[in-house]
Amino acid sequence: MTTAHQPNAILVLEVDGAGAHPAAWRLDNQTPDSVLDAQQIAKAVLAAESAGFHAVSIEDSRLAPGSGPGARLDAIQRAAFLGPLTHSIGLIPVADSIYTEPFHLSTQLSALDGVSAGRAGWIVSAGGTAAEGAAVGREAVTAGELPGEVADVLEASRRLWDSWEDGAVIKDVATGRYLDRSKVHYADFVGKRFSVKGSSISPRPIQGQIPVFAAEPLDADSDAILIGAPDLDGLLAAAQGNSFPGIRIAELDFVLDHAGEPAADRVEALDGWEPWHSPRARFTGTATDFTDYLLELLGHVGGVRLHPAELRKDAQEFAALVLPALRLAGALKPIRTGNTLRETLGLPAARNRFAAS
Amino acid sequence: MSTRNQPKNLLRLGVFFQGVNSGTVWKTPEAGSQTDFESFRRLIQTAERGIFSAFFLGEGLRLREHLGQIHDLDVAGRPDAQTLLAALAAVTNRIGLVATQNTTYNDPADMAHRLASLDLISGGRAAWNIVTTDNAWTGANFRRGGYLDHADRYTHAEAFVATAKRIWDSWGREDIAANGSQSAWFAGNAPKPVEHTGKHYNISYTSRLPRSAQIRPVLFQAGDSAEGRDFAARQADVIFSAHGGLEAAKVFRADITARTLKAGRPASAVKIMPGSEFILAATESEAEEKHRWVREQQIGPQQALAYLEQFWGESLAGLDPEGPLPDFDPKISESDVTRGSGFQGAKAVELTRSWRESAKDQGLNILEFVRGKSGRVGGSFVGSYARVADTLERYAESGAVDGFNITPWLIPSGLDDIVNHLVPELQERGVYPTHYAGDTLRENLGLEDPTDVAPAVTDEDNTRYEVAV
Ligand SMILES: Cc1cc2nc3c(=O)[nH]c(=O)nc-3n(C[C@H](O)[C@H](O)[C@H](O)COP(=O)(O)O)c2cc1C
Repeated sequence: MTTAHQPNAILVLEVDGAGAHPAAWRLDNQTPDSVLDAQQIAKAVLAAESAGFHAVSIEDSRLAPGSGPGARLDAIQRAAFLGPLTHSIGLIPVADSIYTEPFHLSTQLSALDGVSAGRAGWIVSAGGTAAEGAAVGREAVTAGELPGEVADVLEASRRLWDSWEDGAVIKDVATGRYLDRSKVHYADFVGKRFSVKGSSISPRPIQGQIPVFAAEPLDADSDAILIGAPDLDGLLAAAQGNSFPGIRIAELDFVLDHAGEPAADRVEALDGWEPWHSPRARFTGTATDFTDYLLELLGHVGGVRLHPAELRKDAQEFAALVLPALRLAGALKPIRTGNTLRETLGLPAARNRFAAS
Repeated sequence: MSTRNQPKNLLRLGVFFQGVNSGTVWKTPEAGSQTDFESFRRLIQTAERGIFSAFFLGEGLRLREHLGQIHDLDVAGRPDAQTLLAALAAVTNRIGLVATQNTTYNDPADMAHRLASLDLISGGRAAWNIVTTDNAWTGANFRRGGYLDHADRYTHAEAFVATAKRIWDSWGREDIAANGSQSAWFAGNAPKPVEHTGKHYNISYTSRLPRSAQIRPVLFQAGDSAEGRDFAARQADVIFSAHGGLEAAKVFRADITARTLKAGRPASAVKIMPGSEFILAATESEAEEKHRWVREQQIGPQQALAYLEQFWGESLAGLDPEGPLPDFDPKISESDVTRGSGFQGAKAVELTRSWRESAKDQGLNILEFVRGKSGRVGGSFVGSYARVADTLERYAESGAVDGFNITPWLIPSGLDDIVNHLVPELQERGVYPTHYAGDTLRENLGLEDPTDVAPAVTDEDNTRYEVAV
């Protein structure tokens, strides 16, 4: 339905930790605790912004990572720190929807939208495991129940985001009213496991509705779907077979030749420390071959979420050699400073469910 | 870690971006947005230029209501505190970042993690203002609803904070490998889970973050009951107090000192910073003129009636704001929770009777009376820069307070005259820092490193904290 020769794809760079490979922290010329250094994270994201990535995603989990660095800063806060430092790149944290308070989560994301001038996104995650639940004193949620629970959390968030109409703050000196209360609504959400009265304590986010990304089967009410497969051919097939009506984003690990060292050798060196188990398709090779693969893939999806084996090296190679080639081929959506993430993604302005139209 | 190269009895200043209530003037063209990031950036950068120790955000977890409807007369809409502070960390270097966060509507492991994250992101500048506001009305926004009895709010909060401290203390940077060639990212064994068994829930959580440059977030407390003061004496580093008048502040200091010593901590372990308001000008008469203008801006006819309505519990729309206070008693016995923690639970009949009397004695109409009640009891400083600096010097000498937490009445420019004029006067008098003492909030408040670093998890710990949470 789409072809690579229309400028319609977006590139999302995953920037968690030292990279997707669990041994990446060993070889990146940083001290092991640099994953806790917000300045280092900012450096990587500023480089991604000037290279022309459309967005960065920031992985998170309620549990300590099982391999690689054992520490991880809160993803929404990392994104917030990046907000005032960046100007065009979308900031898309991963946030759990099962063991959070939906009310807090919605206002955190809303605040992120505020500090980034409308560049917030949200990758919904849902583990529901007993270990995650134990951290907040709650039970496991079965796999079968997760989609319904995510749908509830999403609906509660969306109602909270809409609960203040645009223009609810009127500052009407004559009547002494700061708010027009006819434009502020209760969320009145009742779900299976929780209910939220609302209204939000914050105004509607700059984007109105923050773009939501989710993988199957959590995608019922998301704006974008994350598509994965175990290998490159499988990913092409999955991309062609997927009929999600919104934006379709393919998940991909990648390793490129770097500083004269072939990608395969780099993986071997990293694997020598620790094996790389990833559910995602992986590209290992030259920038030219990767460009060709992506041009084909981008004929079938609206974008890719790129997980570099080593954040600094692989993102740098990608920025220097692959990204310009994709842009030259006309495959990428344009980027404009000051755009919201919705605008970058090409999503229409979000209608408010409570507004009389 | 703490440096001690500044003289004793320095006052420290914090700034409280209030974002609710009628204290912040919004009807004048100089008033900017209460919610846009640029307002926060401007205010915090001004504060940092003035060597303020802390930037402070309040929290209210339900949008305010008045007589059963969304309250429409005051500013509202403040963003999530920690998310905003993480962004402000990127545009500041030294100032502390204080998030007011509630113990009743959060999970301890989640709160501990996010505060630790903010503390690391900011290089050791985070603080938590622990509040315990609890009611079913606010609970309606949360999974557990209004599950907590008011009487249990502090036992619950204390178990919550004790659990958070154990999570914060569970490992440090020394537990991380020194370089990439070590056998694993953790230099030794990976951290162990913190376990907690209690009345409201059980927790098993392994911290994902090490201690920060200031070991753990600084703890503020705001809550004035006897239980609240004891809680602060045992757990907090700083009290955000409501006692700003010099005599009241001395009495409060004596009380807190006694409670702190009783809790087994040195008196200096708990700092006191009353909430305050400054209306300043070059001369006394200009300041007086400004004071009048600020009160007019804060309280118009609608705000005056709404103020009384909170305590009468019904609409007073028919009354003349320039006439006398109502000559009838309230139909409620206690003021409602829906206008925020500062107004709830007042004994309406007694209070309004005394108001009626004092308004009559002073010949004040409704508007004048409510304007007179605006501002902070004892914590309003009105005058010329020089005279207010003299007053503050006496506070410093008295030792009654460690500083002030200033609520600007104008956003975002409300600190400008304080930083440009009052701060230099205070520095000349030797009662205000001329530079930041260090990189962390703990250093800049003159706090010692925490000594009650929790021991490794034992069964005793579990039983010790079994009371609530
Ligand atoms: C100066 C001051 C500021 C406060 N700020 C907040 C706030 O921002 N959010 C909140 O929920 N409660 C706030 N509180 C309420 C207290 O934390 C506490 O929950 C409440 O006063 C009830 O406790 P108490 O009976 O010990 O006073 C504040 C209290 C004081 C005295």
